[in-house]
Amino acid sequence: MPSATSSQTIGPFWHLIEHPEWADLTRFGAAGSKVTLSGSITDGDGNPVTDAAVELWQSDPPSDESFPGFGRCRTDQRGEFRFTTIKPGPVPGRGNAQQAPHFAIALHARGLLKALMTRAYFEGDPLNETDQLLSAVEDPRRRGTLLARPEGKDRWRLDIRLQRGPHGETETVFLDI
Amino acid sequence: MQGEREAAPFRPYPPGTQPAYDVPGYGSTHKRHPQEPLVQLPHTVTESIGPHFSSAHFPPIPDLSLVDGKPALGERIIVHGRITDEDGRPVSNTIVEIWQANASGRYQHPGDQHDAPIDPNFRGEGRVYTDDQGWYRFTSIKPGAYPWRNHHNAWRPNHIHFSFFGSGFAARLITQMYFPGDPLLALDPIFLSIPDQGARNRLVCALDMTVTEPEWALGYRFDVVLRGREATPMES
Repeated sequence: MPSATSSQTIGPFWHLIEHPEWADLTRFGAAGSKVTLSGSITDGDGNPVTDAAVELWQSDPPSDESFPGFGRCRTDQRGEFRFTTIKPGPVPGRGNAQQAPHFAIALHARGLLKALMTRAYFEGDPLNETDQLLSAVEDPRRRGTLLARPEGKDRWRLDIRLQRGPHGETETVFLDI
Repeated sequence: MQGEREAAPFRPYPPGTQPAYDVPGYGSTHKRHPQEPLVQLPHTVTESIGPHFSSAHFPPIPDLSLVDGKPALGERIIVHGRITDEDGRPVSNTIVEIWQANASGRYQHPGDQHDAPIDPNFRGEGRVYTDDQGWYRFTSIKPGAYPWRNHHNAWRPNHIHFSFFGSGFAARLITQMYFPGDPLLALDPIFLSIPDQGARNRLVCALDMTVTEPEWALGYRFDVVLRGREATPMES
């Protein structure tokens, strides 16, 4: 049997399939506690990444006709993205463990020949202390790149760095899945 | 839904079949590839299940060759193929997103400044779903080659962009389909970023006379394989 088809970059012109409303996962009338997740993407020179497709996926609450569980947002001229969604709860981990609430994030852009995968957790959630992925990242600065920070009621922010920044800013933890 | 939540993890990609993040010949990777090692994440429910798209919320766009009934310029083509997993099982009722340049090699996109004409009758977005047996099909126009500024006199081979979701987020795939016999393939750092030549060549579609329609459109076949799972989930 052939192996999985190879990935290629999304390129700079993927906006032909962009539908801005996809960034609002609550648009079909989902019930639950609404939150926003915003942030920026920055390259190794500290410049904003202005042509990325940011994808958000959450396995909780379970997707159905009123909640797609998936969204896509472009980065703007400042490298910023913003999603509106329902706050996820904990989900099962490996074995009997529970995972802290999180979003899966896939980044696609010119210069990325395959998706860059990461996660956004919620800073301060007590379940973070025992989450298997967060526990596996020993360097606290690196672990911190997976934690969205509160910006106000129900507003969270996660800034993503594709590489270590020019002033030593920490590269985001990216995942081999 | 509960059964889905216990879906088996996906298996690793065979070495050489996927491009690296750091590809020196492709300039845009230089400041965008991670320099720290990736953190291994054994698949959990987050990775092993994924979004479902319904045609009610995401309606199909199966014909890119027309806008408001007016035909685009260029060579009309029909592209079809089958989506399976690595065990050969069809991936049914899954969304396929498509986008591409027009026949002149120009995207209908403000960022594309290539001096080639826009075609008002070609927008460049498509969306179809596979049937129960994993088959998809759409009608379009053969996209033109276009210059990019990666290196001196750099030209992209003719290509169509594809996006697939499959049955879990870890199987997410974005790729490009190329055309047979294109001499630009041998010069293209994006195509050549895939180390394994056999895997690379599977991105080249094949002329398919069984779907070519006389006096109407050439047919091409592009089959796609999405990641398979480590073990067969228990049948319910």
